[in-house]
Amino acid sequence: MTAVSVAGVGIHPFGRFEDRTTTDLGVVAVRDALDDAGIRGRDLQAAFCGTAYGGVASGHKVLGRLAATGIPIVDVEAGCASGAAALMLAASTVASGQYDTVLAFGLEKMPKGIIRSSFFEPWQEAAGLGSTPAYFALRAQRLMATSGITDGDLAAVVTKNRRHGAANPDAMFRSEVAAADVLASRMVCPPLRLWMLCSPNEGAAAAVLRRSTGAAGEVRVAASVLTSHLPGSVLSESTPLSGLADDSIPAPTERAAALAYEEAGVGPADLDLVECQDTDAARELLSCEELGLCESGGVADLLRSGATALGGPIPVNVSGGLISKGEPLGASALGQVVELVRQLRGAAGGRQVGGARLGLAHTIGRGANASVVILQR
Amino acid sequence: MSKPIREGLFTSGGDPRLLGSHCGHCGGRHFPRIDTCPNCGTPSPQDCELPPRGRLWAWTTVTAAPPGYEGPVPYGFGVVELDDGPRVITRLTEADAAALSAGQPMHLVLTAVSGPGDDEVVSWAFAPGDGAS
Repeated sequence: MTAVSVAGVGIHPFGRFEDRTTTDLGVVAVRDALDDAGIRGRDLQAAFCGTAYGGVASGHKVLGRLAATGIPIVDVEAGCASGAAALMLAASTVASGQYDTVLAFGLEKMPKGIIRSSFFEPWQEAAGLGSTPAYFALRAQRLMATSGITDGDLAAVVTKNRRHGAANPDAMFRSEVAAADVLASRMVCPPLRLWMLCSPNEGAAAAVLRRSTGAAGEVRVAASVLTSHLPGSVLSESTPLSGLADDSIPAPTERAAALAYEEAGVGPADLDLVECQDTDAARELLSCEELGLCESGGVADLLRSGATALGGPIPVNVSGGLISKGEPLGASALGQVVELVRQLRGAAGGRQVGGARLGLAHTIGRGANASVVILQR
Repeated sequence: MSKPIREGLFTSGGDPRLLGSHCGHCGGRHFPRIDTCPNCGTPSPQDCELPPRGRLWAWTTVTAAPPGYEGPVPYGFGVVELDDGPRVITRLTEADAAALSAGQPMHLVLTAVSGPGDDEVVSWAFAPGDGAS
């Protein structure tokens, strides 16, 4: 297998941009990534575009404006992991020797409010079974029971990520918040309050991948794994209507992490930072457990020790996470990759993790799909 | 006259049942009815009626109408573990999350999910208690 490096990254800030089309957002991110890699659009040999709401030929519309057509351009949908799916496919074409220089990008303009997708059947929506935050809340309640998480812990995740996000110019929310205000925000679905939930929004992110030259300082793709769920878990992101009375079914994140650690030849203790799915505050904590950052059931101690804050031994979501950035589905995973690359280059400014050499990015969402990407410098 | 939200999900009447599938190979029970057992891949599991009683496993409250829903809010939402094992996603008749507790007995009922002025449409829900009157 050929080693794969990240030659350049680019991002359009995440937020709300009434006057720009999805294509506009994508052009900004891809142009930035091409500039960062020191190449032109016509140097690309293939491109993979993650999007869930972009519609037909989203990738073509962006690359057509950058004179980068005439190559395979494939749109990829894998829910919250769409961008990571694009990255996995792009990386595999380089690893296999098929291409030398390829692009993975993601873009999205999400509708406002509760995420509506074609995922639920109309009758499920009409029966009141299509409330996305309600499923988040059920997962949160189970985690609180099994891992001893309190409402205060959920608020602490939000204050941590908003503090991190205040130092990220690409985040939608760039102000710190107090725990008391988080706990006073509107109850959406108990135990989850409004400020504990990320906002669906708009944005784009891109990464140029290239056959590794072995140069010093190069950021390598040590692993890029995508997996779907195993059946049987009632609270799986595949949102079945029933599941087995069995708590031993591995979650997609656990399976993706195990495969990624094996592929990269590292373990969770080796990581310098983690960007993980924090669609809600409890989801970050569950992700930490599923990624093996602590023992199962041990995430309350991990959080309360300060280990996952900037300056701690395993900072989580130093970009501010989705709680600060918002979640443009197709761009979300590649936004994490942009953050990791900046961190590994030592170019993350006020949120820099000192001496970062190994970073992990994780998403989990509809399908179910989980992705784990490990980058190494 | 009420009509079900979808045919084939549950029996109507005063003592409703959820309609599921039972896999003769792995023993898994599933809701709703399916063509292939999702756990072991065995085709054509048998039709069955699922037990109308179980215990509360997870719950929350939906405080705002989700997309495509026109019925009353708030409403309860959660997971009930039925007496023979499967865990079922369900509406709950109790909307106050603080009034519910883990493991409490629950029983199947039908509940209106239609908007005001529409012909009544019902879906399944679980209510606190074992249903014995």
